[in-house]
Amino acid sequence: MFNDFINQFWPATIDGLAFGSIYALIALGYTMVYGVLRLINFAHSEVFMIGTFGAMFVPFTLGINSALTGFALVGVIVLMILAGMLASAGTAVALERIAYRPLRKRGASRLAALISAIGASIFLQELFALVIIPNVFDRPQQGRVQMGLPRLMERTELFSIFGHTVRVDQVLVIVAALGMMVVLDRLVNATKIGRGIRATAQNPESAVLMGVDIDKIIRMTFLIGGAMAGVAGALYLISYENTNYFIGFLFGIKAFTAAVLGGIGNLRGALVGGIVLGLVENYGAIFFGSDWKHVISFTILVLVLMFRPTGILGESLQQARA
Amino acid sequence: MNEKNPLARFRHQLGHSSDVIRDRWAHTPGWQRWIVYVALIIGAILLPSESIGSFMSPDTDWASILFFPIGTYVLLAIGLNVVVGQAGLLDLGFVAFYAVGGYAMALLGTRLGWNFWVILIVGIGICALSGITLGAPTLRLRGDYLAIVTLGFGEIIRITARNTDEIGGPNGIRGIPHPPSYEDLVLFGINFSDTFGVDPLKYGVLDPRPYYYLLVALAVVVIILVKRWEKSRVGRAWAAIREDEDAAEVMGVPTFRFKILAFAIGASIGGAMGVLWAAKSISINPNDFQFLLSATILAAVVMGGSGNLPGVMLGAFLVAWLPERFRGLQEYRMLIFGAVLVALMIFRPEGLLPSRQRKAELKEGTGGMGTLGAEVPGPESRGEEVASK
Repeated sequence: MFNDFINQFWPATIDGLAFGSIYALIALGYTMVYGVLRLINFAHSEVFMIGTFGAMFVPFTLGINSALTGFALVGVIVLMILAGMLASAGTAVALERIAYRPLRKRGASRLAALISAIGASIFLQELFALVIIPNVFDRPQQGRVQMGLPRLMERTELFSIFGHTVRVDQVLVIVAALGMMVVLDRLVNATKIGRGIRATAQNPESAVLMGVDIDKIIRMTFLIGGAMAGVAGALYLISYENTNYFIGFLFGIKAFTAAVLGGIGNLRGALVGGIVLGLVENYGAIFFGSDWKHVISFTILVLVLMFRPTGILGESLQQARA
Repeated sequence: MNEKNPLARFRHQLGHSSDVIRDRWAHTPGWQRWIVYVALIIGAILLPSESIGSFMSPDTDWASILFFPIGTYVLLAIGLNVVVGQAGLLDLGFVAFYAVGGYAMALLGTRLGWNFWVILIVGIGICALSGITLGAPTLRLRGDYLAIVTLGFGEIIRITARNTDEIGGPNGIRGIPHPPSYEDLVLFGINFSDTFGVDPLKYGVLDPRPYYYLLVALAVVVIILVKRWEKSRVGRAWAAIREDEDAAEVMGVPTFRFKILAFAIGASIGGAMGVLWAAKSISINPNDFQFLLSATILAAVVMGGSGNLPGVMLGAFLVAWLPERFRGLQEYRMLIFGAVLVALMIFRPEGLLPSRQRKAELKEGTGGMGTLGAEVPGPESRGEEVASK
């Protein structure tokens, strides 16, 4: 057992970091929306799912079947990330407009928002399984079958740690995710929109009095969170090369776990939570077998909520909020 | 009431007429109520007949869909309503208790060869216990957090069942025994199978009707118990917790204990249904207990009118029946279901037959479960609020 752990430590660490970065990117969407609206955007998992398909659309329309190199590769990857962001951000904004805003305007109960989100989630999954995958991706009768991405990027070894290979796609995921985090951190802390978001999170009433257009801020929050999930979707697709209409469910819950683990409402917490969750999950899988990976994350979620519901870094998109 | 929007006015009138019926019901003398109850039970017994079935579900066997999904959903919804509608605890993992009941029946029935009736009672006990074990650590959480934790627990139970080979792993368990049968039942000199063409206590593979009758009997018992609880001190305590937990605590309601009780009762009802369902379906596997089922039952509760028993049953009936009725749209039924849920929350968040108390809460704007970032009602809604007052 212990030997297994020593042998698999580095591969598990690298896998954990890669998965963790994806969780972290999705977790940002949960955390931002929760910080501003105090609402768990249950349909965010579908926003991620749509991001993977948005990214899939690029190699599909370009008709790429073989691995690329050089500028072509970079170009396609950038396009995929952009397409993923566009698809996801669009979905998130539409969700806010259709499923949440009418409820928010009426001050409906949280239960109503939750049901609305579950409904939207089912709708989007089925929409992809029945309409979009068969028609747009030309796979009639196969809407519910896993869809693979042709290999775009040769999985060359970039460098090795203690004799264990680190592949280029894994590095891409981790670096790109960290890059997006930095961009987002600047966006929230150093721009006018970011200030609006923080103000709304702290005290919506005062924010309105200070001239913040709250509807616009909420829309921007969904847009930014959605775009991050889109990046996550594109990175996941590039690295793991498959997706399906149902992929959002597990990733959604895990990303939510990551958000809670780091401290919901806290942007840096999402990063920390995502990485910690990815690592723990993969280390745990060495001991208990990969069948139990999901159980490990759910157990972490339950334990964190029971013993430290404020998470590792505490709730703080709004700093102190009673 | 002076709404300009005709749709909104219609909704008001609809709500009003249901209130009228409820007022009249409240002033009905006891013996007249008994007539209605008996009529309802006779209706339930006559329900599986061919002539009703040919309209209700032309494409499938009416009697078997009456057991699953319709009856199953109705009973599960009654159980979940205790947790969500009465105590106001948001439970997204209700299917876990249904699974525990199903597995209790499957394991005790196949491994130990116990009788169905013994397992039903033991199973209810096991489920109540599992409700308490799950509730004890989690019920200190509130609102959304509780929802997510229960969701996590539901998934933990399903994946654990899938990964544990001792209880069949992903293949589940086969060969679950049926309840013991009494063929050729003769009561008051009437031979049932000759007179009515059904053997009500013959639990075989072919005829789903005996199971349906068993379910109706179980539902009647459950409804009586739940109604009694609702009117008792327990029910008032739940209502207090739902409206304002802190205030209830201050007023001396031991909130934690009552929340656990709600969880245990809900779990027992879900578990009893699990036992019955497993006894009919011969084999079960972990995929029968997906998150989607929890979500569907919750949707049924909210759609019907959380907290109001007839409403909840109507919601469960519609959620189960509509997709079966419109089999022609089979592929698209989940798509439509999702869209209907969103639309319903936008246009009628209190459900089809809301409980009056709940409706009053929702009207205040700041519902019992807090608001949705509506500390700031936008400039538009402020106007609306004035208009509606």
